[in-house]
Amino acid sequence: MFGLSEDCILEVPEEYYTLKDYEGNVPRWCPGCGDNTVLTVIQRLCRDRQLPPEKTVFVSGIGCSSRFPHYMKTYGFHGLHGRAFPVAEGIKFRRPDLHVFVATGDGDCCSIGAGHWVHAVRYNMDLTVMLLDNEIYGLTKKQTSPTSRIGTKSNTHPKGSILPAINPLTTTLGISNVSFVAQTADWNPPHMYATLMAAHEHKGFSFVRILQRCPHFNADAFETLAHDADASLLLRHQKGIQMDAALEKRYPNILEHDPSDLNKAREVAGREDKIPLGLLYQNTSNACYNDYGAHNMGFTIEQKKEALNRQLDRYAV
Amino acid sequence: MKVVMSIKNILSKVTSSDSGKAVTLDEHIIEIVSDSGEGAQKAGQSFGALCAKMNNGTWTVEIIPAEVKPPARSKAGASGIRIRIGSKAVTNMGDEANVVIAFNEQVLYGRIDQKAYKAGTILLLENKWATHIDPEIVSQYTQAVEEFRTMGMIVHEIPMEEECQKIVENPALGKNMWVLGLLCGIYDRDMSIAEAQIKHTFSKKSANVIEKNINLLNAGRQYAVTHLDFQYNIPPGSDTSPKVVMNGNEAIGMGTIAAGIEVCSMYPITPATSASHYLAEFFESAGGLVHQAEDEIAAIGFAIGASYAGKTAITITSGPGMALKTEFLGLAVMAEVPLVIVDVQRGGPSTGLPTKVEQSDLLYALYGQPGDAPKIVMAASTIEECFHFVIVARQLAEAFRMPVILLTDANLATGVQPFPRPEFNPDWVAPPVDQSPWNPEVRPYQWDPGTGLSPRPIPGQKNGMYTLTGLAHDSNSKVAYDAAINQVSSDNRSRKIATFRSSLKPPVVMGNDEGDLLIVGWGSTRGAIEEAVGKVQKMGGRVSSIHLRFLSPIEPGLPELFKRFKKIMTVENNYGDKLDGSIITSENRRYSQLAWYLRAQTLTDVDFYSNVHGQPIRPGSIVNLIKQELGIS
Ligand SMILES: Cc1ncc(C[n+]2csc(CCOP(=O)(O)OP(=O)(O)O)c2C)c(N)n1
Ligand code: SF4
Repeated sequence: MFGLSEDCILEVPEEYYTLKDYEGNVPRWCPGCGDNTVLTVIQRLCRDRQLPPEKTVFVSGIGCSSRFPHYMKTYGFHGLHGRAFPVAEGIKFRRPDLHVFVATGDGDCCSIGAGHWVHAVRYNMDLTVMLLDNEIYGLTKKQTSPTSRIGTKSNTHPKGSILPAINPLTTTLGISNVSFVAQTADWNPPHMYATLMAAHEHKGFSFVRILQRCPHFNADAFETLAHDADASLLLRHQKGIQMDAALEKRYPNILEHDPSDLNKAREVAGREDKIPLGLLYQNTSNACYNDYGAHNMGFTIEQKKEALNRQLDRYAV
Repeated sequence: MKVVMSIKNILSKVTSSDSGKAVTLDEHIIEIVSDSGEGAQKAGQSFGALCAKMNNGTWTVEIIPAEVKPPARSKAGASGIRIRIGSKAVTNMGDEANVVIAFNEQVLYGRIDQKAYKAGTILLLENKWATHIDPEIVSQYTQAVEEFRTMGMIVHEIPMEEECQKIVENPALGKNMWVLGLLCGIYDRDMSIAEAQIKHTFSKKSANVIEKNINLLNAGRQYAVTHLDFQYNIPPGSDTSPKVVMNGNEAIGMGTIAAGIEVCSMYPITPATSASHYLAEFFESAGGLVHQAEDEIAAIGFAIGASYAGKTAITITSGPGMALKTEFLGLAVMAEVPLVIVDVQRGGPSTGLPTKVEQSDLLYALYGQPGDAPKIVMAASTIEECFHFVIVARQLAEAFRMPVILLTDANLATGVQPFPRPEFNPDWVAPPVDQSPWNPEVRPYQWDPGTGLSPRPIPGQKNGMYTLTGLAHDSNSKVAYDAAINQVSSDNRSRKIATFRSSLKPPVVMGNDEGDLLIVGWGSTRGAIEEAVGKVQKMGGRVSSIHLRFLSPIEPGLPELFKRFKKIMTVENNYGDKLDGSIITSENRRYSQLAWYLRAQTLTDVDFYSNVHGQPIRPGSIVNLIKQELGIS
């Protein structure tokens, strides 16, 4: 970015990306859909970090939220329902130079893709994951999602959902090798920005659950939470998400939570009285699987020839 | 001069007064059968490699029980290996065995059911069971020996463990190398090569272990020379050009290295797994890595992700795994992502016959996706092709920007055969991805209206940014809200198949290009078909054969060729109804897979011979079939 270097020479980057450089197709989400806010926040983040659009990849599954890559002017991969993680892993495995983001929905990640989710945490690849959780299936028009709370009325459960919801935070925190888990909300863009920025800067699998309003099919889900700050529990810590003091003041319930404490993180994530917002857990010491993938890259044709001939020698008659 | 002799002739020779003098033969089929874990396969593989090194044609195929550890001394437990050796190239496992070495008599019953032996087959049988403390085992043994003799087999009872005990304390470890020595004696093998083979086999073991095994080897040979009254000589071929010997799965793995592929993602499934075992050990030293995914869906998704990002990727699987990959396969077609998928076919729908041979995934490979999903489908018919076809598949996948399915099967996967040592060609290796800026005027799916081909931007390339999608899309990769665009993009994806087909040559006909019967095959049946067709041609039968390597697109020239034969028939290892004159009629008959496909493609009445016994089709049964069709007795 622009700035004065120590010897007072003005540093001007060769190319400076503006917000426009990250704008893809015009979003086709419903008016008031929380996904719009996430898009704006992410575009700002890319601009502020000056991520070269050609070095940035957004990977998604299927769902309203999974349309995300189309609305970015970076590289994108809009694949199959529930299958964003394996694709993102394949991309990052031998292309550590790319910034890889995953946009997934609650049905996408926690239902059809749940198997991949568990393993994605375990692989701990350097990915930034945004779980856009509206507690309902949007694209297929209002079916129960695994995160729908008991009693949520939907087209598949007109009398109300009967099963307890999966808590994506406690679930992720329960998987071995967990690396970064945070929660934020679409109605608090500054908090979302700070959270996603921390996630992006974290080396490893950073999992951010974004409470996302779907006014079209699940308008009630976050009604209270979005309008009554008392229902939230803001997590604060010097190692946590840093927030503007004025914004912080709006939250009457603040908890000093050290994100390096896994047991405490699980406890806070499981709270139902007050919904935590902030960084629940971060561990920077776990190895990243993509570092393993990067260790023997770039063999020349000559090296490959030698390797093949060594093999043929072993099998020569 | 080489003489082909019937078993009767051989017997009269070996029992004649000049016994001890080797009988010269064109070829022989040997089996070593044991309970699993007794090392029969190691002995057989060593023997096969040793014969290949002496320049004999060789084909070895494993005899695998369905369970990992079936009960000992049981009919279902047969675990072992068949080795067919010849003076010329050997292309298949052949018919009934000539010599069988067995560690117990019960395992032979399963092989007898599979018609692996005949009257005249020589059985060399471990005789320790005759004096076993369990009287039941003793009676089973004596009864079996009697039964085998009534069947016409020539049984030699041999104190294998007793002999081994003279050299090692625990004869169970090492008996197999004694048996290797026994075979070296019977077939007069070069002992310096045999010793070198043992050193190679036990290269990770101590000098002491190697020495013991060499002692066992020599003792086994000495036993054959002094105690057996027969010896065979199978002269080597004259072609001494450099060769390599390996099984089909190793060839797939080595082809992956030769193709310069950088990512193999897989999920274990028999009989595909050993290809990834091979790669797991050696891929890193060639600049590649194996990723063991959480399931087959993730395995192909991972490979597609790597390929999208500009790395060449392969995924290797078998039937049930192939089924799981379907949705992603369709995405690769739709979004035009290059990818090599190897399907080492196994028997049956569902989990079926994991370790047995079948060629039942052809129609699935061609049509197994929802919607219209054109892709290249090819099939290897030899071990050598397993190696080269991975390279070809990689090149085609990238040139045509589509998935390429390479079909092999359990017969090729475990069959071991020597083939000419490949000479490295730099074109085999995928060039590193060009990361120079993309011309922003060029769209991500800028289909050439003539060929359907389009260039491909890769992440990291400036100005090339696009979002790949499995939704119907226009040439800008924009989601097609106007459904008519689907017609245009589908046309273009399909056109690529025609473009590739225009570069293919018609298949080579073995024999005359007209006659009474044309046999059409694909995949691993080639060796058996060509051997059988060759035999009948020598008898004067007007029969020819072709073998298809490309199934999608289908190779050109077939309708014209078919017109020049009175009858067309496929020979395949998959299911087709046999006409029974009552329930199954010509109207409701379900055709075997290639026959079905050829009928549709060529509007020709194509008949078939097929089965799903779990065994490779033998040349003998194809000879019988052709003779019956041609009315030769
Ligand atoms: C294999 C498969 N099954 C089902 C579907 C249909 N489908 C599309 S999106 C979706 C649910 C999306 O819900 P969610 O992940 O919560 O995303 P949202 O639309 O709410 O953002 C389903 C079931 C599909 N595309 N593929
Ligand atoms: S249906 Fe819901 S999630 Fe989908 S775009 Fe509309 S508001 Fe957003």
